Amino acid sequence: MKNLSAFLFSILDKFMRFIELPTVYLQKKIGVQRMGYLFVAPNMVLFSLFVFLPVGLAIAYAFTGGTNMLIWDRPFIGFENFSRLLNCGSYMDPASCEFDLFWTAIHNTWWYTLLNATGTLVMALITAVVLNRLTKGKALFRSIFFYPVLLSPVVVGLIWKWFLARDGLLNSLVLDLGGERTIFLLEVWWSRFWVVYVSIWFHMGFFTLIILAGLQAIPRDIYEAAKVDGTSEWRQFWRITLPLLTPNLLVVAVLLLIRSVQVFDEAWVLTDGGGPGTANTFIVQFIYQTAFSSEVRLYGLASAASVLMGLALLALTLIQVWLAKKAEY
Amino acid sequence: MLKFLTRTRHHGKMDITDILSWLWLTLGTAVIAIPIAWAMLSSLKTEAEVNSFPPSLIPQSTVNTQVEGYDKDLSVWKWTQPNGEIKNVALVRRIGIKATVVDIDNPEKTLQVPTSEITQLKDVNFQWQNYTDPLERFDFFTYINNTVFVTVVATILTLLLNSMAAFALSKYKFRGKNAIFMLILSTLMLPLSVIMVPAFIVIVGLNLADNLWGVIFATVATPTGVFMLRQYMLTIPDDLIEAARVDAASEFRIYWRIVLPLCAPALAVLAIFSVIWRWNDFLWPLIVLSSPENYTLQIGLNAFQGQFSVEWHYILAMTVIALIPVTIVFLVLQKYITEGVAGSGVK
Repeated sequence: MKNLSAFLFSILDKFMRFIELPTVYLQKKIGVQRMGYLFVAPNMVLFSLFVFLPVGLAIAYAFTGGTNMLIWDRPFIGFENFSRLLNCGSYMDPASCEFDLFWTAIHNTWWYTLLNATGTLVMALITAVVLNRLTKGKALFRSIFFYPVLLSPVVVGLIWKWFLARDGLLNSLVLDLGGERTIFLLEVWWSRFWVVYVSIWFHMGFFTLIILAGLQAIPRDIYEAAKVDGTSEWRQFWRITLPLLTPNLLVVAVLLLIRSVQVFDEAWVLTDGGGPGTANTFIVQFIYQTAFSSEVRLYGLASAASVLMGLALLALTLIQVWLAKKAEY
Repeated sequence: MLKFLTRTRHHGKMDITDILSWLWLTLGTAVIAIPIAWAMLSSLKTEAEVNSFPPSLIPQSTVNTQVEGYDKDLSVWKWTQPNGEIKNVALVRRIGIKATVVDIDNPEKTLQVPTSEITQLKDVNFQWQNYTDPLERFDFFTYINNTVFVTVVATILTLLLNSMAAFALSKYKFRGKNAIFMLILSTLMLPLSVIMVPAFIVIVGLNLADNLWGVIFATVATPTGVFMLRQYMLTIPDDLIEAARVDAASEFRIYWRIVLPLCAPALAVLAIFSVIWRWNDFLWPLIVLSSPENYTLQIGLNAFQGQFSVEWHYILAMTVIALIPVTIVFLVLQKYITEGVAGSGVK
């Protein structure tokens, strides 16, 4: 094993010497400090191709119509994509919209975001506070609670799909307790509940870790002083922990909102593509379907929806940056 | 164990807050572990058992035996006779509440017994074929190959390219350096879900659609990696680099032979993250890859569960395969992972 890695390294080293030759030549031409451009170039090329250019393209495509993929084959149609997406009798009622699926997705995403963000924040906060008071076993439980974060959305979706299946463990427990067998993922409200539940289960550990880091930053002596004064632990939480943690929590909350708006992967796997019907169809799924999996690939419309979502996320990000700056002082 | 559980900061005394804390931790652990453990146990069951309800906890299978005078194997049942004697019998047929059984030791004689007196005999039996069959009969071997390829290549490129960018941004002075750094950080705010449509069009333009390289190239430049490595490189003293320059080492050699080895701890953390990211990637490969021979494990598994939605014994086995590498990485390196996340706020 050691021999093998030494061998691989020597090959890599030879390769690097080969690459070195042209850089030495370049270094003589442009000087030492400008070599920085060379080192940063590969990354910037990839960022340009796969992030900056797409941002420009998203905006450009949003103003074009038709089904051609190449931008020069697409007619410019101004704000038509946006006006069609926003064409609604009433924004409260998706059925009155030209693209009812888009508005159904917005309604679903709105409720999901609200419930998921609140649920995750509360659960992560409680878990972080509980972990923080441990003297022994802290690392162990921190790892246990973090573990689901590392799983893939497909794995999480399938594990829970199996758990909630008609013949699954949960139904067996429900029957044992005298309940009624339910096909949870085929009932509108149950499936929505479980999508939020699974998301909290999946991502909570990540936010727990961030809140825990915030908790550990609170000076210990404040608690020592409170203890000397005989303050109960419950009171310490409300009077010391929570106020001192609030700036931190606000940043986490906005981060949660940003992540929740982008819900797609695990919900998609869990609900077989946003079902039952469109009960769990979210905005990202609408964009994905419009651009990639419908008969006519409406890149312009999908881009317009992306731009709208991007603007919402941008607003949230600006709030987050502002809150994070405030939290530093 | 009990001593460990009851040990608290107030020595010897357990108050209501401690009890609630431990309740929360126990409950939380159960909620996290049970679905995963359940999927793992189920993945080792036979097809018939996976589909039976109510489910059994431990993977079991029915016991069959050959009995003289019968063409097919008969299932073995435990017969509790009215006098309390227990005997193993083989079931021939059952009609309503009556069952025709045959004494295994004495196959000529058949008996009529009420079904309430017999229970089927089961053996603990791990169905490892659930893991090997999909590799042979379906394309899972290809999927795993593709995923390993993407994970390894993308991680190596991520380490190389991100460290080069970090080196430039921490050790050189050039015009536009801060602007470039801000641009890289700004990509943190542009999630894939917003730019997936045009990003795919770029992939088509580069002729990389339905190509593993299309999956790789779009993911190797990471703002997280550049930021993490830059912060680390800022702690490397400039004198070291100056000394190397005096010795006439080229800039590229300084990067490769001095800076990179010194960054080993930070590179290791980034490598761990990169492996986990790439192994788990879903949305981007889903968009880029369209033919099954190019699927990664996550995409292949998702397609398989859509197509063969009743083959849960295979689906679950492959789900376990998909979670094992990440689990091993986590078990070995959990300290670095949790500290890396807490320190940089990325996952």
